[in-house]
Amino acid sequence: MIDWPAFTPLSAFAGGLLIGVSTSLLLLLNGRIAGISGILGELLHPRRNDIAWRLLFIAGLIISPLAYQLLHALPDTKMMAGNGTIVIAGLLVGIGTRYAAGCTSGHGICGISRLSPRSIVATLVFMLSAGITVFIARHIFH
Amino acid sequence: MLPLLASLFAGLVFGLGLLLSGMTNPAKVIGFLDVAGAWDPSLAFVMLGAIAVTYFAFRFAGTRGKSLLGLPVVLPGRHLIDARLLLGSIAFGIGWGLAGYCPGPAIVSLGAGYKEAIVFFAAMVAGMAVYELIQRIFAKPDAG
Repeated sequence: MIDWPAFTPLSAFAGGLLIGVSTSLLLLLNGRIAGISGILGELLHPRRNDIAWRLLFIAGLIISPLAYQLLHALPDTKMMAGNGTIVIAGLLVGIGTRYAAGCTSGHGICGISRLSPRSIVATLVFMLSAGITVFIARHIFH
Repeated sequence: MLPLLASLFAGLVFGLGLLLSGMTNPAKVIGFLDVAGAWDPSLAFVMLGAIAVTYFAFRFAGTRGKSLLGLPVVLPGRHLIDARLLLGSIAFGIGWGLAGYCPGPAIVSLGAGYKEAIVFFAAMVAGMAVYELIQRIFAKPDAG
């Protein structure tokens, strides 16, 4: 059953276009892939001349809520998980995205846009894994 | 200097896109992943919009060795679909499904000052550090 009141295809698509503009800018101007887990994770084994652009990209992400608020109130958010679950989830996302060498942005957007079979498989696997996790958490344990 | 400004600007635009799209709301992400419940398909349109633009950027970049600012175009060289890719993606999916944050929205939400995002971000960086540690202890020197 589709949750029609929650369905916001226009703002989702417009947000997607902005993300596409960002990944295109980083690729065309700097020759880099906008994969967030890689941009952050590679800072943990820093290489010469490969640090500043990563920090600045992350700084851009961090100040984006401030910039957004100049035009509009921040969207409502709701976290459904408790702190213990959040810690486990964060650890899994950190380790998993580094082993897979990519997350929703690197594999899901950039990889699929390059038609990389590796990224298409990774995206299908993490979507399926996330879907099964939500199914178990919401429909079996509740 | 210009590439650094481009990087900052790209990060800013990426974050604005995540905020506008709804990706920074864990409840909405879970609603997207919950196909068997009250399903909110909105977030499929985020990928659609992003890929619609990025596809052409890669078509264009693929024909050139250098970026418009004269930097080398660095594309992933790995093509292997191996256990690391599959197990890593499974672990990532479980974490994403449990909390509703993937790395980009987590960093943006950190910037918004949400307490849950601070906890998630700290755990995520710890997870990445665990990966680095394992790499250093067990992996071949050329791996990664």
